[in-house]
Amino acid sequence: MNSKTLFYILKRIVLALVTVWIVITITFFVMRAIPGGPFLGEKAISASAQAALEKKYGLDKPLHEQYFTYLGDVVTKFDFGPSLKQRGRMVIDIIADGMKTSAKLGVISAVAALIVGVVLGAFAALRRNKLVDKVIMVITTAFVSMPSFIIGSLMLALFSVKLGLLPANGTTAAGLILPIITLALYPMSYITRLTRSSMLDVLGQDYIRTAKAKGVSGTKVIFGHALKNSLIPVITYFGPMLAYIVTGSLVVEQIYAVPGIGRAFVSSITNRDYPMIMGTTIVLATLIVIMNLVSDILYKVVDPRINLE
Amino acid sequence: MAKLLSMHIDVDSFIPATDEEKEYMVRMRPSSTFFKDGVKRLIKNKVALVSFILIVLITIASIVIPYFWPYSYEDMLGVSPGKPVDASYNNLSPFTYSTAEQAKIDAGESVFPHVFGTDSSGRDYFIRVVYGTRISLAVGFFASIIVLIIGLTLGSIAGYFGGKVDMVIMRIVDVIYSLPDMLMVILLAAVMKLVLAPVIEGTVLAKIGSNIISLFIVFGVLYWVSMSRLIRGQILSLREQEYVLASKAAGAKGGWIITKHLLPNCISVVIISTALQIPNAIFTESFLSFLGLGVNAPMPSLGSLTSDALNGLASYPYRMVIPALVISLIVLSLNLFGDGLRDAFDPKLRG
Repeated sequence: MNSKTLFYILKRIVLALVTVWIVITITFFVMRAIPGGPFLGEKAISASAQAALEKKYGLDKPLHEQYFTYLGDVVTKFDFGPSLKQRGRMVIDIIADGMKTSAKLGVISAVAALIVGVVLGAFAALRRNKLVDKVIMVITTAFVSMPSFIIGSLMLALFSVKLGLLPANGTTAAGLILPIITLALYPMSYITRLTRSSMLDVLGQDYIRTAKAKGVSGTKVIFGHALKNSLIPVITYFGPMLAYIVTGSLVVEQIYAVPGIGRAFVSSITNRDYPMIMGTTIVLATLIVIMNLVSDILYKVVDPRINLE
Repeated sequence: MAKLLSMHIDVDSFIPATDEEKEYMVRMRPSSTFFKDGVKRLIKNKVALVSFILIVLITIASIVIPYFWPYSYEDMLGVSPGKPVDASYNNLSPFTYSTAEQAKIDAGESVFPHVFGTDSSGRDYFIRVVYGTRISLAVGFFASIIVLIIGLTLGSIAGYFGGKVDMVIMRIVDVIYSLPDMLMVILLAAVMKLVLAPVIEGTVLAKIGSNIISLFIVFGVLYWVSMSRLIRGQILSLREQEYVLASKAAGAKGGWIITKHLLPNCISVVIISTALQIPNAIFTESFLSFLGLGVNAPMPSLGSLTSDALNGLASYPYRMVIPALVISLIVLSLNLFGDGLRDAFDPKLRG
């Protein structure tokens, strides 16, 4: 690793930190812009009760002071304050709770999408323009064009309501099968298309022809030479994939009633549980930013020729 | 040398052309413009053509049908002033009738059928799907136009003027680009509708609804970045061309060069990325509607129709399947058409 790469990594880390800081700042000020203030809800309350509430949540202090207190609490203690609707619970605890289920869901979906996508993509590339290739491409194109809530709703209608094969409720292990498939279909299709095109690209390279000319067997050419290099573009998709899975889990957990962070987030929006909205946005955004950072750095380290400027 | 200096006219230059030479000058076929070439390639692309026809048909249908359809998207048919609610209008299956309508039919009158039945509030479902399609298409179209205008302006300014202006705009772009867009969209949409609702009350804008306007604002704020990056890149390479130098030498100002020379030359890239932005916007709107942050009730959009139908999924699955299929069809054909446009009009990608 040369100094240029190190400098690049450092720059990316700084940009990531700035991004997280901006997310926190936007979230804070956007929430404070709500008429009536974020902590009061829609109910009319007496002036003294309002004053007491404002004092309790520190809303009587000047705005910049509130901002620095919030920023300090978030950065040093991961403290997003108490939830408004779930009395007596801290936002961070609710997030940690939901994260257990959501992380399981997300990681399994991502791994499944990666494995199936790479295999299908490589397979399609090797059978280029044959029937198998065309079928794979048509199906993946369809999945890429369908919003996740539609895939989810259709699968729910088909597999649980119509056929009764799988439970519609995501609280049990078996109930997680449909959410996982729903969540994995889009990234799987995307990775399939990505792998196929980059595999085709690699198969046309000179070193593949050289390897073949030297008499290396077909399988060894594919697994030893072609596949490794054609996977490089897939690394860049790690960040967007996590972003997709996070937003996808918002609807998927809603559809299948999975008790995860996505459902907590959506219900906090409908309940106007502002500290919860802020906390979840910041945590999820940070996750996505970190994943983007990791995939960018990985990409650079794997292939130092790549100039990302 | 002697010939050049001589004042004698070279008679050879004035001999009438032979037939052979004349034939050489005949135009075999009219010369083709870049646009004509592109259209020709587009028409040859069967997939793109079919997608285009589908989009046009869906658009025309969503505009025309509400004018002659006897039901409206917000009328609860069972509710009429001064009478108790007629619940037999609610949850009708396709092509079935309420008790009152059945009585009319029995009496020999004709009643317009409920093609997709009615929803749980007794509203004709077909017209709701048509209207939802119209809303989704309109939102997609206008959101893309907003993105186009902002991205085009800032991108061309950054690309043309370069230096500090460019640096400031591009740093802003970098930051917005690295923000997780969907989360920001949700956050802004959730808050914006509360902020906007009292502001626009009583104006024309209130009719469109605070949610849709906040969606437009969010789109304008977040999604111009990739458009402006694209245009900046184009302008950066175009502004080094000789004809720009010639124009400058003739005394042209910045605004003239941008609008007369640079923008027309990156127009195909602009059109393509705008076309590809539309399905993206429709996607986002339906996603927000699904989370309850989309259009204001009772206005339907394809996303809100799908999510509303989830409650009665066991009994009325078609109510979810129909809008879901329509939205997939629209997004799929817009994407395929956009791909076709790119293949036809972007010379760099021509294989």
